[in-house]
Amino acid sequence: MKLFIKQNNILPGFGLSLGYTIFYLGVIVLLPLSALVVKTASLSWTAFLHTVTHPRVLASYRLTFGTALLAASINGVFGLLTAWVLTRYRLPGKRIIDALVDLPFALPTAVAGITLATIFAPNGWVGRYLEPYGIKVAYTPLGILVAMTFIGLPFVVRTVQPVLEDLEGELEEAAACLGANRWQTFRRVIFPILLPAILTGFALAFARAVGEYGSIIFIAGNMPMVSEITPLLIITKLEQYDYAGATAIAVVMLAASFLLLLVINLLQWRSRRYAKA
Amino acid sequence: MKHFKQILFLTLSVFTLGALVPFTASAGSELLNVSYDPTRELYQDYNTVFSKYWLKKSGDALTIKQSHGGSGTQARSVIDGLEADVVTLALAYDIDEIHDKAKLLPADWQKRLPHNSSPYTSTIVFLVRKGNPKAIKDWSDLMKPGIAVITPNPKTSGGARWNYLAAWGSALKQKGGSDTTAKDFMTKLFKNVPVLDSGARGATNTFVQRGLGDVLLAWENEAFLAINELGKDKFEIVVPSLSILAEPPVTLVDKVVDKKGTRKVAEEYLKYLYTPEGQEIAAKHYYRPIDKKIAGKYAKVFPKVKLITIDEVFGGWRAAQTKHFADGGSFDQIYTPGK
Repeated sequence: MKLFIKQNNILPGFGLSLGYTIFYLGVIVLLPLSALVVKTASLSWTAFLHTVTHPRVLASYRLTFGTALLAASINGVFGLLTAWVLTRYRLPGKRIIDALVDLPFALPTAVAGITLATIFAPNGWVGRYLEPYGIKVAYTPLGILVAMTFIGLPFVVRTVQPVLEDLEGELEEAAACLGANRWQTFRRVIFPILLPAILTGFALAFARAVGEYGSIIFIAGNMPMVSEITPLLIITKLEQYDYAGATAIAVVMLAASFLLLLVINLLQWRSRRYAKA
Repeated sequence: MKHFKQILFLTLSVFTLGALVPFTASAGSELLNVSYDPTRELYQDYNTVFSKYWLKKSGDALTIKQSHGGSGTQARSVIDGLEADVVTLALAYDIDEIHDKAKLLPADWQKRLPHNSSPYTSTIVFLVRKGNPKAIKDWSDLMKPGIAVITPNPKTSGGARWNYLAAWGSALKQKGGSDTTAKDFMTKLFKNVPVLDSGARGATNTFVQRGLGDVLLAWENEAFLAINELGKDKFEIVVPSLSILAEPPVTLVDKVVDKKGTRKVAEEYLKYLYTPEGQEIAAKHYYRPIDKKIAGKYAKVFPKVKLITIDEVFGGWRAAQTKHFADGGSFDQIYTPGK
C-alpha cells in the first residue's frame, strides 16, 4: 500500500475525482458525525465518563457488541454455505432462493421484529416446541442473536457470491491433479481467495447488527443489565430529553465500531495480499 | 397489535403532511394537534364534531390534522420544530419540557384551563385473562411469586410512568407505608416483570397477542379498547382498591399559534373539550369525563375507585420525574445492583 499519491497517473481526472470523493464523504458522512461530537462536547469530561461507564451502559456494550460479533460469525459460516450452494449447484427454484436471501434487507425492521417475536414467543409456531425444553428465545439475549443473524445474512452471501462465481473450476481441477484432496483444495486454494470477501461480508453484517434497533426491540425483552441493547439506552436518554447523554453513548459506540471495522479491514488487506502471493 | 402497521403508516403520513402544511395555501384555517398514541380514535371523532361547530360559529372551514406517537417522542418533535398549534399529551412533564427546552409556551401553562388543563382523566387498572385464574385482586397480589406482570419501561413510555406511580402510591398508602416499603414492593413487583416493552401499545401486544403474563397494567381506556377489539370472552378488567388519577393535559403552543394566527380557533378547540359535547365524546372513548352530569350518565362504565393524585402524593411531575425516572432514580436502583 502506497501512502503517497502518485502524480504520474495514466488515467486522467485524478484531481477532480479525488476532490469530489472527499467533498462527498465530507458532506454525507463527516458532517453529521461532527454534529454528534459537538453535541457531546457540551458535557464535561467527568459527566461524559460517568454517562458512558455506568454499569447498565457497560452491560449493554457487552451485549450489543458480543451478540453482533456472534451473529456476524454465524452469518460468516452459513452465508458462505448459502453462497456456495447458490453458485455451485443446479437446483430447482434457484432464482427464488436467490431472491429470498435479500428479503431481510427489504423488510422494514419493525415488521421483522414483530414477525420474529410472534414465531419465537412461548405461544408461537416455533417457540411452543422449544418451551418444554426450557429454551426461551423471545425476550432473552438469544432473541437478539436471532434478530441480528436474520438481518445480517444478505451481507455475507452477497459479498461472497460474485467472488465464487468468478472462481474457475479449473483451479480446483488443477489442485486435484497436483494431488490435493478435497479438504486441502478447500483449505489451501478456495478459502484464501474467498477470505477477503467473507471478511467484508462479516464486517458489514457486524456493523448492521450493532446499529440495529427496530427489529431487536420487539424480541429482546429489554430487561436492564440482561437484554438491553445500547441503541435502546440511547433512546431512553432521548426520552428524558438528555440529548448530550444520548450522543455521548453514541460517540462511544461509533468509536468502538470504527476500531473494530478498521481491524477487520486490516485483516482483509493482509489476507488479500496473502491470496495474491 | 394488528393495527400496528396502519398506525405506523398513519403516524408517518401525518408527519409528512405536517411538514407540508406551510406550503399548501388553503382557504380555511388549519390546526395541527400533536397527541399521543391512544387518543387517535378520540380525536378523530372530536375533530369532525368540532369543525362542524366552528363552521357554524365562524363560517370558517377548518381542517384539523392529527399526529400520534409516544408522548415523549411527540414532545421532542414539537421541540425540534414540528409546528403544533395544540399539544394533547400523556403527562404534564412532556409539556413542561416543551417550555424548558424550546420556550414555546409559558411555564404556568397548566393553570390556563380548568382541572390542571386535563379535560378528561383516566386511571390505571389491571387487565387479566378471563376468569382471573390467578385471582389477582389488588396491588399486593402483583408481588406474589409466580405472577407475571406486564408493564412497559417507564423510562421510555410516558404511560408506564403512571403505572409505576400508581403501584408506588398503593404501597405508600398501606398501613405503615413509607418510601422504604414502597421501594421494597416495587423491587418485588419488577422481579415479576418478564419483559419491558418500550411503549404501552407494545406491552398490550405482548400480553394479548403473545400470551405472555398474567396481568397487564394498563390505562383504563386502553384496557376497554383491548377488550372491545379482542373479545370479552378472553379478558376482564380488575379495578384495584386504589389507583392514580391519570391526567393527560392539553395546551396551546403559544409561539406557533401566534405565528400562524390560529390562536382564537386553537383556544376554542381546547375549550370545547370541556363542553358537554366534548365530554360525551371523551366518555365514549373510555376517558373519564370531568363534567359531573356526563360522568353521572356513564357511572356504570367507570367503577368508583379511590384515586390518589400526583400533586398530593408525589409533589407534581417534575419532582416525580427526578425521584423515580431520571438516571439513578428509584427505577434505575431496582435494576442496578449497588452503586
